[in-house]
Order: sequence, then structure tokens, then C-alpha cells
Amino acid sequence: MSNSSTSGVGSVGAQPVPARPSTMDAEISLRVDGEVRRLTVDTRTTLLDLLRERLGNTSPKKGCDHGQCGACTVLLDGERALTCLALAVAYDGAEITTADGLAPEGELHPVQQAFLDRDAFQCGYCTPGQICSAVGVLDEVGRGWPSHVTEDLTADVSVDTALTHDEVAERMSGNLCRCAAYVNIVPAVQQAGGVQA
Amino acid sequence: MKPFAYARPGSVAEAVRDVTAEPNAVFLAGGTNLVDHLKLGVARPELVVDVRTLTSREVSDLPDGGIRVGASVTNSELAADRRVRERYPVLAQALLSGATGQLRNVATTGGNPLQRTRCVYFQDVTTACNKREPGSGCSAVGGYTRYHAVLGVPAALPDATAPETCTATHPSDMAVALAALDAQVQVLGPAGARTVPFVDLHRLPGDDPSRDTVLEHGELITAIDLPPLPAGVRSAYRKVRDRASYAFALVSVAAVVAVEDGQVADVRIALGGVAHKPWRATRAEQALSGRPATVDSYRAAVAAELAGAQPQPGIDGGNGFKIPLLTRALVATLRDLTPEA
Repeated sequence: MSNSSTSGVGSVGAQPVPARPSTMDAEISLRVDGEVRRLTVDTRTTLLDLLRERLGNTSPKKGCDHGQCGACTVLLDGERALTCLALAVAYDGAEITTADGLAPEGELHPVQQAFLDRDAFQCGYCTPGQICSAVGVLDEVGRGWPSHVTEDLTADVSVDTALTHDEVAERMSGNLCRCAAYVNIVPAVQQAGGVQA
Repeated sequence: MKPFAYARPGSVAEAVRDVTAEPNAVFLAGGTNLVDHLKLGVARPELVVDVRTLTSREVSDLPDGGIRVGASVTNSELAADRRVRERYPVLAQALLSGATGQLRNVATTGGNPLQRTRCVYFQDVTTACNKREPGSGCSAVGGYTRYHAVLGVPAALPDATAPETCTATHPSDMAVALAALDAQVQVLGPAGARTVPFVDLHRLPGDDPSRDTVLEHGELITAIDLPPLPAGVRSAYRKVRDRASYAFALVSVAAVVAVEDGQVADVRIALGGVAHKPWRATRAEQALSGRPATVDSYRAAVAAELAGAQPQPGIDGGNGFKIPLLTRALVATLRDLTPEA
């Protein structure tokens, strides 16, 4: 658990930890990559720390831990979301899909295959977040959601209009890549969406 | 992170009662700002009361032709709503210009306007900040002021040690659009329900910079109402920032305008990134009302609004650049909305 490293100002590293009342713990149940997991968590635990430290699922990455990099992106009840800014206790009963659970064992999700085909990563650290975000983008486009660069907000949004280079770049802007593999990430998302790039 | 108790009561009324009963309690909705503040030590509540699944997640039609947006409607859902895209494009554009897909999927209608300033000193608990720690002073005076206010600040250079000094800006894009649309905020509190005009929700620092809004402890936003707009009205949001996506506004403009016979018949303007609150540009509106819809009129209106602006010096070069930037942004927004002008 990383809670000790995120204590507020004024705390000194080696201070004794006072016993906490039981209201600081909560029992929750989550379905993670298809498997129901029941566990007791400190109320301060983020979904990211729960996935990585408690469940051993290290596909969501801790990049910034402040909602600025997107490396911790998963599908939360079907929509892409940042696990570093979500308290686990607030998502009791939620369904989470990480990059690890997008496809059955031994198979690849079309977005994962597209990232391989297009060489859409270098070091790979941001990639699980990029892939979950891309899956979310394609779903949002399928639901007709516009973006900041959508020319006509009153027009229908479709794969043809919403997966241009500029649209993909805008829709994926919450996922940073320090290797700057963007030039291949955009075509990978387009390929997964069925658009020739 | 300081330990806290968590509660998800059975109803909105119970949530209000729980927060009211504990002086150091906070509401939790999407949590995109609060959870970060818990980590940073900016927020140190004893009790977190989760209302995300308690307030409405519906957008409904009002009898007057407007719409009511439940407090738990996410920023993504609201931006995608057909009624918002067709009738209130300024709001859809503002929402889509804010944050990222992941954040908009979680951030809520009630929570977004209550997000707190991104002033670097407010977020850094090792520095003096009157908003975070009343009476400790203001580190932004003579510091980094690129994202700080030029409107609603004292005429003289603020005193870094005075307890009322705060030049922080409100960071929300959505709130700027809501200010221009004359939205109404539905609030439930310990004393019952009340309606607060959105333009009156946020406050200037006054003598207590720690208070961002007029909401009392225990008061919860349950919905935001958008009144109908007259026929022929056009609206738009324009945001200027340091990069093309995923950055807070340096300046932004929300404009709602109607032109009849070449004259400005109806105009409402709100500005972002320039004040402690979403800034309703009433001086510019007055200067424009009934005037010819021309670029000259628009320039004069901006000049009227910015006559009282006070750029802040800073070690990053200060924020005087916001005056010409805002001038260009507002003139361009109005010009684009009135192509016949």
C-alpha cells in the first residue's frame, strides 16, 4: 500500500501510526477482468493501488498518480476512467476491465493487435493505459459522442468522421507517451476502428 | 493521506444530514479533484460522504423549454446530449474543451463547478496560501502568475501577507458557459432547498479567500437548470491554452448573442481564466447592447470590460499578456457568431 507515502504535510516519516477506528476500513466486492474479488480495504485506497498492490494486476501503471498521464486507465463499468483518482470504496460492486482482461487468455483484443501491427509503442509503460483508452474511444465514437475538434456538433458522429487523425489525437490526449510513439498510436487506433490509415 | 471515514447514505437528504453533522465532512461525487487533494494534503476531511449514486443522472425537459441536468450527469454524457449540442452549443463546447475523455467520464455536473483553483501554491502545502490555510498569506504575489487573475483583483499590487489576498482563478470551462447561459443551481441543504443563480454561486475572495462559493456547509448541488434561449440566439465557447488539448485555460470566452437588423439584440458574455470566479462581462454586455454588430463595437466592448483589469507582475513575466489575448479571443468569438456583421 502506498498510503504512507502520500500522507499530508507536517507528517514526519517515522511517526508512529495511531490505531484507526474500524470505520476507516470497508468491505467491497469488485468484478475484475471477469473474476469477482471481495476484499477489505482502507478507505484511502485508490482503485489503482487496489489493482496493483492487493490483486497483483500490474497492467494499469502508476505514472503520475495525479490524473495527468493516463497510464492507469481501465474500463470502469464499461467506460474509460483513471484508477488513480478513484477511491476503491466508492466503486463497490463495479466491473473493471484492465488491459490484461480485454481478451481471453492467449488471444489479443483488436486494439492490442493494432498496437502490435503498427508498432505503436516503444518502452511500453503507457501502453496498457493507451489500449484501454483506445477501447473506450472506439466505444464512445460508436455511441455518437463528439469531441473538442468535431466540426459540427449537431451532425451525427460516426467512425468516418470521428477517427480522423485530429479526432484520434484529441480523443486520446489524456494518455501521455514519454517515448512519443504518438505517430504510430494514432494509426493503430484508426486501424482498430476499421479506418484505413 | 490522512485517514477518513467513508459513508454512502441511502438518500440525498441523509447525505446532507451527515455532512451537516460533521464540521470536517465533505461530499464526494466524481472525485477527480477531491481525491487528488486528499493525496496532496490540501483536503483533510474526517468524513467523506459519497453522493455520486444518490443525485440524479438524468437530463430532463423543463416546462419552460429549458432542461434540468441532474448533479450526477457526467461531463461526457452532458456534452453528448442532443439537446445540449443543438440548443446550448456553448456548453457542449466548453465541456469538450475541458480535461480528457477519462476525466469527463467521471466528472459530474454538480462537482465540476465546485472544483478548486489549480493555483500552484494552493496545491503545494509547503507554501503560504490564504485559500488553503486562511491567514497564511499569498505566495502568488510576485510568484508564478501566468494562470492568475486580472479581473476582480485590487487596483494596487496585492499585499502578500494580508489575509484577504488571493489572485487565483477558477479553472472550470463548464462554469464559464453556465454563467453565460444564466443557469440556475438547485441546492439542498440543512435548511431545505433553494435556487441560486449560477452567476452568484461563485464569489470573489472578499475577506475570506478560502470560500469559493456561497454554499454553506452541508449544502449540496442536486441539479443545474438551463433556461430556454430565445430563437435566433447563437452561442460558442473559445478557449486559449498552452497546448492544443488537456490544459487549463489561459483565457476563455463564452458568448451567447443574437443580432437583429444588424444590431446586437441580446448578448451574454462570460470569461474564464481571468478571475476568482467565472466572470460575467456585464460592462461589455452593456457596451454592446443595441449597438451595431461590428468588430469595432466588439473591440470597444472588450475595452470597456478590461478598463479595470489589473495584470499581476510575476517571476514568470506576469500575466499582462492576458489583456491582448482576451481582447482577440472575445472579438473573434463574437465575429464568428455574427458572420453577417
